[in-house]
Formats: sequence, structure tokens, C-alpha cells
Amino acid sequence: MEILLQQIINGLVQGSVYALVALGYTMVYGILGLINFAHGEVVMVGAMVALAVIKVLLATALSPVLVLLLSLLAAVGVCMALGYGIERVAYRPLRHAPRLAPLITAIGVSIVLQTLAMIIWGREYHAFPQLLPNASHSIGGAVINEVQIAIVLVAVLMMAGLLLLVHRTRLGRAMRAVAENPSAAALMGVNINGVISTTFMLGSALAAVAGLMVSANYGIVHYYMGFMLGLKAFTAAVLGGIGNLRGAMLGGVMLGLIESLGAGYSGALTGGMFGSNYQDVFAFIVLIAVLIFRPSGLLGERVAERA
Amino acid sequence: MSLLEVRDLKVSYGGIHALKGIDLDIAQGELVALIGSNGAGKTTALKALAGLLPGTGQVHYAGQSLHNLPAHQRVRAGLALVPEGRGVFARMSVEENLHMGAYCRDDKAAIVQDLALVYTLFPRLAERRAQLAGTLSGGEQQMVAMGRAMMSRPRLLMLDEPSMGLAPMMVEKIFTTIREISAQGVSILLVEQNAKLALEVASRGYVLEGGKITLSDGADCLLGSDAVQRAYLGA
Repeated sequence: MEILLQQIINGLVQGSVYALVALGYTMVYGILGLINFAHGEVVMVGAMVALAVIKVLLATALSPVLVLLLSLLAAVGVCMALGYGIERVAYRPLRHAPRLAPLITAIGVSIVLQTLAMIIWGREYHAFPQLLPNASHSIGGAVINEVQIAIVLVAVLMMAGLLLLVHRTRLGRAMRAVAENPSAAALMGVNINGVISTTFMLGSALAAVAGLMVSANYGIVHYYMGFMLGLKAFTAAVLGGIGNLRGAMLGGVMLGLIESLGAGYSGALTGGMFGSNYQDVFAFIVLIAVLIFRPSGLLGERVAERA
Repeated sequence: MSLLEVRDLKVSYGGIHALKGIDLDIAQGELVALIGSNGAGKTTALKALAGLLPGTGQVHYAGQSLHNLPAHQRVRAGLALVPEGRGVFARMSVEENLHMGAYCRDDKAAIVQDLALVYTLFPRLAERRAQLAGTLSGGEQQMVAMGRAMMSRPRLLMLDEPSMGLAPMMVEKIFTTIREISAQGVSILLVEQNAKLALEVASRGYVLEGGKITLSDGADCLLGSDAVQRAYLGA
């Protein structure tokens, strides 16, 4: 029973991170029909920038919470600029190219960012300092620490904020209009390029927050960390129905739970043959299953409609 | 002086010359029809004027050159296009669609007034204001598209095949509204395959064939002309 509860808590925490990253995939897909495979690397850059800022600020007398907030701000700023730059430099020139071209470019951008990060920050694992108090709380025998509580709360707040933005503001209405019919949106006076840039920046801001979350949760930062996280979040977006915001949120949380429960029980169920180190397998079993049985995802209606 | 003055407008894409240099004038408050068969270049002309397609030549609107002005800024200048196939935002409500039409305005009080005005023009839309536009009939979607364009307070309204695919009753309603909009002083450029219908509401007309203007005259004269009768009116 404690194991079940513990795995659910772990799954919710990890799922919150997946959801934030999945939103970036789904927003860009919704508006451009493009799978931005470089998005995972934006998460990594967010983590790296946050760590760099923290290292500098820890030498000063600032309070740890303030250091954390400042590093978050820096990571968000850098990632927004990066997201804007990626779209402007790599994707915009290919806006009217065949679909394969931007897809391959996305993979290229991803490799470029990974390599740059490796050159700047090296190949080694960096320890991410403990800034929040590490106090743990026990719920029915399961343990959740304050970092994890913060992760879930911040993720929920950011997702609620994003939904409000998209459904209640003029910018959000413009984003939905461009996603549905770009030329009609232009006829309404919407600056399509502006909306696309904004979409990339919003997704990248969420990625930066997610980057800080995983680093704080696992205490480790690495130039390659964005790759697997990006693939998992992409899986979450597909699971929820790519292009659908609520789908990305649902898919993220579900994938987190599936992974965590799968890892928690796979050892017992297979007589020790597949232990929890097979955790990553579950995400991709989910991806394959969704693509075969329900390619439009849980909440998506019409993936194939936009060519 | 003309509100819209087009000289030698050419558009080509993929090596095809869709428009081979057309001249066109619309005076303030005028209702002008552009007729022609399928593939003559009518839609291309409107798209180029709206800024959705790049073209060469001179286009002056209200005395200003529109050269290199992107589509979203042409709307701000008062040039609105109701595209072929309507282009309503299917996953937005009727009212959200209408608000999209006022996207570049920030005079909230006047927007509310104009919304009421559109609902007077199309009472059907008032009944369905909360409904998703994608669930409306073709005629109702055409109303949304026209109402949406009116929400930008255009000086020149361009309509691309407003009668396409609509039941006769609905076509009648749409054309009555076109007359009403014109009576408000809005200049209109009306593209139609249904030449008779278009020339009946217009004061002047142009005939577009193979990317060129082959005839231009008063609407009555075109209606009576043998060439138009034979080619477009099936007489």
C-alpha cells in the first residue's frame, strides 16, 4: 500500500514536469504543425543557466529562496530568447517547405544545442545544490519532500495561467485563430509571425521552469538531460492528443503515473527479470500503443487535418 | 479620386501567371463586381489585394501605396476580405469570431456598438452567438464571415464568392445584406461566378478572363452585352 501511494506521488511529480514540457511541444504543433524536437534541449539549457546563476549567487549573502527565484528568472529569460531565436533562424525560413525539412532541421537544432552545451559546460554531471529545505512529509506511509510539493504546485499554477491566457485574452484568441486558419487570422489583422514567436517563447518559458524542476528534484544537471526528457514529454503530448493543451497536461500526468507505477511493480510482476531500471521502456510502450490504437490521442480529435 | 487604384497588377506562382496585369478602380462608396469563369484569376486578385499573395504592379488605397504592406496591416488600413470558403474559426463561438474581426481595434465601446449592429444585420447570428461556428450551416457561416469583416469597420469590403454553395433563399438574404452594407457607404468589390446576381447589385463591373480584364463597363451595359450574355449568363 505504501509502495502504491509512493509511486503515485512520484508519478505526479514527474508527470507535472512532463506536462509542462509537453505543453511546449503541443503549442508549437498546434500552431505550425511542426514537432519541435529541439524543445527538450531548451529544458536542458534552462537547467544549465539556472545552475550557472545559482553558483554565482550562492557566493553572495542572498537568501536561498531569492537565489532560486533569480536563477529561475534568468533561465526563463534565456530560454525565451533561445526559443525565439530557434524559430527565427531555423524554422521560419522553412515555413513553406515540405514538412520533412523542418522536422530534420529540428533534430539538427537539437544536436547543435546539445553539442554547444557540452562545449560550454562539459561532459560531466553537475550537482545541483539543495536550496529549499529538504523537509519531508509523510502521507499514509509515503514520503513527499518540499521540493516535490513546490514542483506540483508551480506546475498547476503555470498550467492554469496558460489556459487563462489562451482562452481569456486577446493574445490567446489570436493564437487559437492562427492555429486554426493562419490566413484568415492575418485577414483579421493578426501578425502571424508575432504570434508564432510568442508561442515559441511561451513554450520555452515553461521549459525553463521544467528544467529547474527536474534539476532540483534529482540534484543533477547534464548536457544530455534534455534528450530523454524531451522524448518522454513528446510522448505525453501524443498520448494526450498533440495540439491540445489539456491533452498535454493530462498526457504528462498520466505518463508520469504509468512510468512510476510500471517501474514500481515491474520487478515484482516479472519475478525480478525486469527491474525498475526498465522505467524508460514504459514511455515508449505507451507511445507505440497510442500511435497504433489511438493516433489522435486521448483528447485530440483531428491530428491529420492540418497538412 | 479612387479609393482603390490598381495598375498592372501581376501575380504568378509556381511559374503560372495567374494575373497578367490588371487595372481596376473603385470609387468611395461604389459597389463593383468582378466576374469571370472558374480559374480566371478572381480569387488571386482579391488575395493579392488583401496581401495574402505577393504581386507586382501598383496598388494605391486611399492615396497610399500598399506595396509590401503585409496582410495584417492592410486590415488596419480598412481593407477587409471575406475569403472564398468563408474561413470562419470553426472552434470559436460566433461571438468570438466577431470579436476576432475587431482584433485590431481597441475602442471597446464602439466595438460593442458594432457587435449590436452586426446582430441587427444578421439576427440569426444573435440567436447563435454562443454556438461554435463550425457547427453552423454554410449560409450562417457566410454571415459570420461577413459580420466578422464588418467588425473591422472596413472602408473597402472585398467579398469572394459569397453565394457559393448556398441555398437560393440564403443567397437572397446575403445579397440583400450586401446592398445594406453598400448603403452604409462601404465600398465593395464583389467577386462572383454568378454574374447575373453580381451585376444586379453592382453599379459597375469588370470581366476577368485568363488573368486579364477583357471588359469593363456599367453593370447594366454588361448585363445587356452579348458577350457577357453568351459567356456568363447562359443566354
